[in-house]
Amino acid sequence: MLYWKYVKILFKSQLEYRTSFILLSIGQIFVPFSVFLGIYFLFQRFQEIKGWSLWEVALCYGIIHIAFSLSECFARGFDGFSRLVISGDFDRILVRPRSTIVQVLGSQFEFTRVGRLLQAVVIFIIALAKINIEWNVLKILTLLMMIISGVFIFTGVYMIGATLCFFTIEGLEIINIFTDGGREISQYPISIYKDWIKKFFTFVIPYGVVNYLPLLYVLDRSDKVFYMFTPLIGILFIFPCILIWKFGVRHYLSTGS
Amino acid sequence: MRSYLVLFQMRFIRGLQYRTAALAGVLTQFFWGFMYILIFEAFYASSSTPQPITFHQLVNMMWLQQAFLALIMLWFRDSEIINQITKGDIAVELLRPIKLYEFWYARLLAQRTSSALLRFLPILIVASLLPYPYNFVLPPDAFSFILFIITLVLGVLIVVALSMLIYISMFYTLSGTGSILIFGVIGEFLAGLIIPIPLMPEALKRIIYFLPFRYTTDLPFRIYVGNITHNEAIISILIQIVWIIILYIIGKLWMNKALKRLVIQGG
Repeated sequence: MLYWKYVKILFKSQLEYRTSFILLSIGQIFVPFSVFLGIYFLFQRFQEIKGWSLWEVALCYGIIHIAFSLSECFARGFDGFSRLVISGDFDRILVRPRSTIVQVLGSQFEFTRVGRLLQAVVIFIIALAKINIEWNVLKILTLLMMIISGVFIFTGVYMIGATLCFFTIEGLEIINIFTDGGREISQYPISIYKDWIKKFFTFVIPYGVVNYLPLLYVLDRSDKVFYMFTPLIGILFIFPCILIWKFGVRHYLSTGS
Repeated sequence: MRSYLVLFQMRFIRGLQYRTAALAGVLTQFFWGFMYILIFEAFYASSSTPQPITFHQLVNMMWLQQAFLALIMLWFRDSEIINQITKGDIAVELLRPIKLYEFWYARLLAQRTSSALLRFLPILIVASLLPYPYNFVLPPDAFSFILFIITLVLGVLIVVALSMLIYISMFYTLSGTGSILIFGVIGEFLAGLIIPIPLMPEALKRIIYFLPFRYTTDLPFRIYVGNITHNEAIISILIQIVWIIILYIIGKLWMNKALKRLVIQGG
C-alpha cells in the first residue's frame, strides 16, 4: 500500500541522522514525564481529585498520551500542513491521481515521538498494575478501543486545523488549544471540570468518550454496559472532519510560489 | 555599552512588528491559563486542609505566568543564533568590533521584552474582568508591587543568562533541539512552571531553593500575590543579584573557551 511505502521511506531518512534522532527521542520522554511528575506531586498533597485516585488518573493519562503520540507520529503531515500550502507543494499533490488525505498523511512522520509513546505505555502499565480491576475480554477490548478512538479524534482535529490553512495560508496557533489543550484537559477524567467544559469536550470534540465514559465501565463505577461502546463515537468523529477537509480542498487557491 | 543599547532598541522595535502573532498568542495563552486554573480548582475542591497558597493566590500566579510567558520560558529559541552556529555565519559575527556574549545577551533580552510587552496587558485586563475567584487582582500593597517589578526585571536577566548557556553548549553539540528540550523541561519544572513550588513536597523545595531557576518566576509572582513576606523578598533580591553575577561569569568564561576551539562549519 502507498501509505506504508511513505512510512518506510521517511523512517529510513530520519534514521540517517542517528544521534539527533536518539537525542530527540529521549527529549520526548522528558516533556510529558515532567507533567506526570507534577500530577504525582499534586496527588501527594491533595490525595484525590473529585473522587479519582492517582492511578485512575494515571490510566486516563496513559491512554490519552498513547493516542496523542501515535497521532502526532502518523498524522504529522496534517499538523505541519501550512508548510505545504506556503511552499505551493500542495499543487503537486493535487495533480497526482491518489487521495489527498493519504498523500498529506504520508508527507511527514515524526518517529522521534517513540519517546513520548514509551513513557505513556510505561505509565499505562504501572497504572493497570496498581488498580484492582476484575478483568474480562470486554474490558480489554474497551481499553483498546479507547486508544484507537483517541488517535482518530486527534487526527480529526489536526485535519480541521489543516483545512483552516487553505483560508489563512499560515498555520494557526489557536488550533493548539484543541490538540495540545485537549490532551492536557483529557489526561484527567473529564468529570472533574465545569459543566460547559464537560459538554464541549463530549459533544463538540468528543474527548470525553475516550477517557471518561468508557473508564466508568472499565473501573466498574457504572453498570451501564453501553458505555463500553462510546469510543466508537470518537472514531465516527473522523467523518465530519474528512468532509470539512474535502470542502477545504475544493476552495484551495495556490500561493503560486 | 551604547552599542548594546542600540542593538537592544533595534531588536525591540522589530519584535513589536509581529502584532497578529501576538493576538493569536494572547488568545491561546488565555485559554491555557484558564485550563490550568480549572484543574487546580478541582484539586482544591477535593481537599479541605489549608494549602501553603490559597486558590485565589494561585489563580493570580497562573495569570501572571501566562501574561509574562515570553519573559520566563527557557525554551524560547532564537533560530538565527542557532543557524549562525550550525551554518558557520558566526565567522562574520566574530569580525564585528563587538563582544559576542553581550551582543547575544542584548538581542535575546530585547526579543523577550518586546514579545512580552505586546501580550501581557490584554491577558491581565481580560483576566481582571472575570468573576471571583478566577479574576486577576492588584497586589496587597504598593510596596509588594515595587518588589515585584524589581524581582521580575532581575529574574529576566537570570533567564537570559541561563538561556545563553544553552546557546554556548551548542558550540559543542551543534544541534540545538535535543539539548534545548531537555534543559528547558528540567529548568521549567524547577522554576515552578509545571506545578507551583508551594505545592511541591518539602524535600524538593529545599533543593529548588539552592538553584537559580525559581528566582526567575516563582519569586516575583509570589511576591505579587502576597505569598512571600517583604523581608524574605528583600533577601531574595540579593540572592538574585549573586546569581546574575555567577551566571554571567560562567557564561563568559565558557564562551571564551568555546570560541578558542571553534570550528567554522563552512558557509
